[in-house]
Amino acid sequence: MEKRVVITGTGAIGPVGKTASENWENAISGRSGIRRITLVDPEQFTSKIAGEVKNFDPLDYLDSKVSKRTDRYTQFAMVAAREAYDESGIENSIHPERLGVIIGSGIGGITTLEHEHKVALERGASRINPFFCPMMISNIAAGRVGIDVGAKGLNLSTVSACASSGHAIAIAVDMIKLGRVDAILAGGAEAPITLTGVGGFCQLKALSTRNDDPETASRPFDRDRDGFVISEGGAVIMLEEREHAEKRGANIIAEVLGSGMTCDAFHITAPAENGEGSARAIKLAIRDAGIKPEDVDYVNAHGTSTILNDINETKAIKTALGFEKAMKTPVSSTKSVTGHMLGAASAVEAIFTAFALRDGILPPTATLQNPDEGCDLDYVPGKARKADIMYALSNSLGFGGQNVTIALKKYSGK
Amino acid sequence: MSLESRVKEIIIDKLGVKPDQVTMEAQFDTDLGADSIDQYELIMGFEDAFGLRIDEDEATKLTTVGKVVEYLRDKDLEP
Repeated sequence: MEKRVVITGTGAIGPVGKTASENWENAISGRSGIRRITLVDPEQFTSKIAGEVKNFDPLDYLDSKVSKRTDRYTQFAMVAAREAYDESGIENSIHPERLGVIIGSGIGGITTLEHEHKVALERGASRINPFFCPMMISNIAAGRVGIDVGAKGLNLSTVSACASSGHAIAIAVDMIKLGRVDAILAGGAEAPITLTGVGGFCQLKALSTRNDDPETASRPFDRDRDGFVISEGGAVIMLEEREHAEKRGANIIAEVLGSGMTCDAFHITAPAENGEGSARAIKLAIRDAGIKPEDVDYVNAHGTSTILNDINETKAIKTALGFEKAMKTPVSSTKSVTGHMLGAASAVEAIFTAFALRDGILPPTATLQNPDEGCDLDYVPGKARKADIMYALSNSLGFGGQNVTIALKKYSGK
Repeated sequence: MSLESRVKEIIIDKLGVKPDQVTMEAQFDTDLGADSIDQYELIMGFEDAFGLRIDEDEATKLTTVGKVVEYLRDKDLEP
């Protein structure tokens, strides 16, 4: 019989909280984490707002040597992974070689890259910090987490822009089903709020310029949306083979049934017409999960608040679920409060989806006021809603046309 | 600030060790847990603080706190 995979721990740090549960409370209350940028002078950006992790001091979590030698993105990954690891209670119930880590990032250590590049230009290449490479590279978060928790099984990183941590989870689930390891800390982290990070996305005209009203700037599916809001953070879940978890009496949050992964093969940043690639990812996830489109009770959308994403993702959901089913399925975007955490987005949204199943609460698209023409699904606008749901999907779509949908199920012991 | 205290300060900052660990006899590798990259970063820290360049042959001989202090004192350098 095929192995099954459950979530036994969650960890998240981002604009709306420093723990998974704090993130969840704010997501369902619709409290936005978007404010004016403080990490870098935003004056020359067209978008001067972001979802920063407020009052973050790495020394609250890491010793001074590790703090100094890790990029901010790695610190977020370590904080989230430690929370998920501790919550899972797996420490004395698994051989270190049977525990893996898959943590993605869209960009990696861009703060470190910018800083050391400046040093090299001003003072010469011989003054580059010897720790530059192992601080900057986008796989080091997974490496650091491996060291921190002593996980000696498979360890790698996924890089697919805004879908990075979705791919981390999808691949981790497959690895556990194949029996490669018994459990994997899977997720992602991002810290892109720097001169070139924000400046680059501004140049793409991808970011919201609603600078006078940060808290409603990320408004997925709304007719007045004008781009996404860049955010930072980390999110990691403990994925564990179901029997392994049940035998040790772990607290099981939800089951991850499977995934669908596709590529648009169409354009570097724009989604394929009618969300064709995303629709295929949703269909594949439903098939991999062994369910039918009519079983889907909730979709946590990618919902970035860009013109092109929201309309095309809506079309993709209609194609994949069928028009009638799509029209009566709640679909919400928690990016309305978190902004877009890029490489950490899919993992924090997978956590929200798991909590929605566990608690029977659908998080809202908090900022949605006037749905755009063609955005005509039930987006759970404004307020959270009680709903006893069994099956849910979480969509993630990355630049490069890289799509992943995760299928989850409420854990019921069956 | 004396040369000795400045050296200690740099070591504490770079290696994240406690002040009482940084004795004159302390070995960077075995006593203060510094790997080869840590030690190279330390050398760069001394270079920046004291405005000099330490070549690789000399650097490999600077294995204890005391040897660094002595080396810099011989060069007649002030922080």
